[in-house]
Order: sequence, then structure tokens, then C-alpha cells
Amino acid sequence: MERSNVDITKLQIGFGGLKVLENLDLHVDASEFLVLLGPSGCGKSTLLNAIAGLIEVKGGQIRIGDRDVTWAEPKDRGIAMVFQSYALYPRMSVRKNLSFGLKVARTPQDEIDSRVGEAAKMLRLTELLDRRPSELSGGQRQRVAIGRALVRHAGVYLFDEPLSNLDAQLRAELRVEIKRLHARLGATMIYVTHDQIEALTLADRIAVMQGGVIQQLDTPKKIYREPANRFVASFVGSPAMNFLRGRILRDGAPVFIAGDVRFDLNGYAFRIPPSDAPAILGIRPEHIEIVGSEHPSAVTARVEMVEPMGADALIWCRLADGTAFSFRADADAKAGAGDSLALRFPAEAFSLFDDQSGQRL
Amino acid sequence: MSAITLGAVRPRFRPRRISPARWGLYAFILITALYFLLPLYVMIVTSLKPMAEIRQGHLLALPASPSLAAWVKAWTSACTGLTCEGIRTGFFNSLRILLPSVVISIVVGSLTGYALSLWRVRGANILFGAMMIVAFIPYQVFIYPLVRVFSFTGLGQSLATIVTIHTIFGLPTMTLLFRNYFASLPVELFKAARIDGAGFYQIYARIMMPMATPMIVVAVILQTTGIWNDFILGLVFAGRDNLPMTVQLNNIVNSTQGERAYNVDMAATLLTALLPLVIYFGSGRWFVRGIAAGAVKG
Repeated sequence: MERSNVDITKLQIGFGGLKVLENLDLHVDASEFLVLLGPSGCGKSTLLNAIAGLIEVKGGQIRIGDRDVTWAEPKDRGIAMVFQSYALYPRMSVRKNLSFGLKVARTPQDEIDSRVGEAAKMLRLTELLDRRPSELSGGQRQRVAIGRALVRHAGVYLFDEPLSNLDAQLRAELRVEIKRLHARLGATMIYVTHDQIEALTLADRIAVMQGGVIQQLDTPKKIYREPANRFVASFVGSPAMNFLRGRILRDGAPVFIAGDVRFDLNGYAFRIPPSDAPAILGIRPEHIEIVGSEHPSAVTARVEMVEPMGADALIWCRLADGTAFSFRADADAKAGAGDSLALRFPAEAFSLFDDQSGQRL
Repeated sequence: MSAITLGAVRPRFRPRRISPARWGLYAFILITALYFLLPLYVMIVTSLKPMAEIRQGHLLALPASPSLAAWVKAWTSACTGLTCEGIRTGFFNSLRILLPSVVISIVVGSLTGYALSLWRVRGANILFGAMMIVAFIPYQVFIYPLVRVFSFTGLGQSLATIVTIHTIFGLPTMTLLFRNYFASLPVELFKAARIDGAGFYQIYARIMMPMATPMIVVAVILQTTGIWNDFILGLVFAGRDNLPMTVQLNNIVNSTQGERAYNVDMAATLLTALLPLVIYFGSGRWFVRGIAAGAVKG
């Protein structure tokens, strides 16, 4: 099976006067699983449709497998695509849905049969081949849609929010199935989603997008641990990262002051040398821990509410100055509304952002 | 055991008595039905009576000895103007006009509707609104200009002319009907077909039209009844050899030689109305079917 890399340079897309993408660059390696992650309207689907050749570009270049396909027809790009709404041909059986593209391309019948059989086996569709899409469940329909992409033996597989129409349990099942498929085929895949869990679990690399711009392009681990700016920090992670407003003070070693609470910044890896300026401190709920009140850097907070989540509990607190935040604690942590807790905020888990630009410091 | 469980369940509320409002509703439906069925009843019984019985004037009475003689006469030997070959020539003329007109107008209309459904620009809705209005302009306005156009181009009156005319007049409605249906389908279906390599006409013929079955049924009903019931266009454009059934029916009913043969008139009228009736009764179930089920989500 062919595995193509994708190279996008200075891509521009607009509708009328509206610019959706401007000078966007993106490189996807062969066999890579790249996820485009972002809120609705961020341009991720537009980008995917441009790669597929389904919308016209205003400028720039798209290369797939080192071939310039900027103006090529979708069928000539060596791509296959899976859509959110499945987009199965309703009047055709599963078998005909799978073989339609090959028939159009005048593939020999025995080749069609072997490819359809292979895809059906891989996706456990063999028993369903003679059914109509209306006789299938949502999960089965999406498996057929994936099968229709697989039989094309494409160099790049494009997924446009393929799991968004499914209920939570099916979504988790099919997510695993897609990951397994990628491991097995080693195919290049570009996957659009607004669900950060899907992005974190599936991707080799994630491109977080907002306003038509890639905010950060990195491995899931880096995206989660070292978000490049406040948008990425707030979009990725559930429950969401806490943000405390304050300022950095170089009092010998740098410290972060929020109200009258001091956070030691010893251990934080600054990207640029710190200066005295307003900043925002971000910390994920799982990094805050309960300590004894005698701990040197303990911060006192009052518990407002406890949300039990099964494996653990989310505890909502307020600092003395009223700043609200949440943290993850043991499911049997003994804390109730009104209690006072001593907490430790480890500096190595911080993400500091510039107050003005929102960029990581 | 089961009796106990059943007893435990509270009976669901179900109105036993029919309220006065319901009675009023049923009465209204009954009266309306009678109002429309009575003329049909009179026509049927009259067509089955000999003239002697009709002359007695008992309009609602059942025929003493029902006979199909009037029907046979209407079909085979009633006089339509100068010839006396019954209404059957008109029936076959109408068929020859109907079949190509219905097929061509639906093919052309669905194709333009499909093309326009992909054309999503600003102001498109205004254009479609305008087409809607155009579809309601009375035909009579166009007749004189069209007669001039067809005589100028040398086409004159012929089967081809009347088929062309019906196709043209059917286009706005057919186009809108299919455009609105195709525009309601998910765009992703079209995108998927493009990625599969299907071209404009392949997508139309192999994906869109098979999905449009309910629309095709609606279109066939609209066009068939419209074209079959047409009188003035057939009279003006079909030519003497191709006069449709409606024109010939008029000739039978309005020929005033001697006594008016009510039974033959009624039989001829019923024969003329037969085809639209069959179409209506035969196609009802297609409306109910959810053909597009499974295209998208649920």
C-alpha cells in the first residue's frame, strides 16, 4: 500500500471577502497520524476539504506524495475520505457502496471482489454486505464508510469528524478500531475533530487550530504538558486547566504573586528570561496536591464543592482573594464544603502565559 | 401471576365516549365526502342507463337493467366532429402526447434542478422565488407569442410541438421540485461520490435519481394530471391529427345533433378521467415510504 506524505505551503482559502485560511503551512509525514483539533469554525474542516480537493484554494500549494495536486480532481489525488454524516449511498447495498468507486474507475471485477472482501473482513462487515445502509446501526454505518475509504488503497486517508454522530460508548469503541487500523496499515491519516480526547488518544501529532491559524503542532504529550499559548491550554484537557491572574516578581528567585498568595517559580522552565510583568499562571487539576499545613510552600484554600467522578474526585476551591480553581484528589479524600485545605502547587507543572499576548513564557 | 402484575399496572387513560366536537368533525367529513361523491354517483348511474330511463328524470335512481352500451358507444362510435370513431382516438392521441412530455419534462427538470442545487450563491433564493411566480402565470398569456414563434420556425402544429410546449411549461415546477429535494440532501453525499471518481452525470444517474424516487412519483402525478387535463394547449398546438382526449370529449358533449345522449356523455367523461384517477390511487403508498432513510444519521 502506498503511503504518501502531505505538504501544504502558503495555503490561502477564502469565501468572498472572508479569509478562512491565510498562508498556512503544514507538513505531514508518510504513515503519520495527524489530528487537526479546534473549535467549530476554526478552519480545520476547510483545510481537510482543501486537501481532498473539494473546495477551491485561492493561493498556495498542496502536494501529496511529492506530486502537486493543488488543482487536481479529488479522485486523482490518491486520497480517501470518511465523513461525519457517513454519506453512504442510501439506495445501494453495503457491497455496492464499497465497490462504487472501483466500478467507476473500471477496476477488474476480481480485483474489486478481493479488495471489498479484504476491507469487509478487516471491519467485520462480511455478514452485512447485502444490507442497505438504512438497515444498519450508526456504528455499522460508519464502519462501512471507513471500508469505502479503505478499498481505494489511497496514499492518504482523511477523516472529517467521523465519530461525532455516535453515542459515547460506540465512539470509544470505534476510536480504538481506527487506532488499530492505523497501526495495522501504517497509512497516512489526517483526522479532524473537536474532541480533545480523540485527538490525544489517536494522534502522532496534533495541530491545534483557531481562527484559521495553527496554534501549536506537536505530539499529544507536549500539547498537553507544554501548551504554547492560553488558547491551547484552555482547549485541551478535561477538566480544564486552572488559570490564576497575577504578576511575576523577581525577588531573588522569580515568584508569582496572585493577590496575597506567593507561588514559588523555582523549577519552572522559562522559555524567555522572566521579567516583572503581569502574567497568568496555568495549572492542571491533577497537579495540585494536598499536603500538611506545615509544608513550606503550602497554600491555604477553602473547599466550595466536591464532584465525585468515580475513580477520583474534583474538588472546587477558592483562594483567600476569591480566585476559584479545581483539583483532582483521591476518591476517598476527606474534604467537604467549607473545609480549609493546605495545597501544594508544583512549579514544574506550571504553564505561565504573558498577560497581553497569551504566549507561553 | 400475570393477572397480579396486570392488576398492579394502572390502566392508561383512554377516552371511551366520543365528545360532541368529534361528532361534529365526523359529520363535517361525511357531508364533504357526500358533496364530492354525489356527482360521481350520478355520472356512473346515468352512464349505465338507456336513454329511455334517463328521460323519466329520476336522477338518483339506480339503473333498472345496467348496461355498458353507452360506454361501448363512447369508446368506439361516438361522433367527435366529422368522424364517428368514439373517444378512443383521443385516448391514444393523449397517450402519445403524455408519455414523451412526462418523461422529457422530468428528465430535463430533474437535471436542471440537480445542477441548480449545487449552485449555492447569494441571491439564488430570489431567483427560485421568481421561478415559482413564473410557474403561476396563466398559459393564455403565452399562447399568441408561442403560436407566432412556432409558425416562424416552421414547426407549426405537430406532436413534437405539443411535447415541446408541455416540456417548457412543466420546467419551472419540475426544476424547483427537484432542486429543493436535492438541496435538502447532505452535501457530503455528493462529495463522497466525487472522491469515488463519479462525474456530474454519473452522480446524477447513479446516486441522485435513485434517491429521488418519491420526488419522481410526485412529478409524474403532477405532470400526468396537468398534461392529461390540458385542453387549450392541445387544441392550439397539437394539430388536427393529434387532438387530445379532452378536446374530443368536448366535441362529443357539445355536438348538438338531435337528442343529447347523456349516458354516452357521462361514459366518455368518465373514460377521460380514468387515467388520472388510476395514477392517484396507484401511487399513494410511495408518498408514505421513507425512501431516503439511512442516507444520513438516523
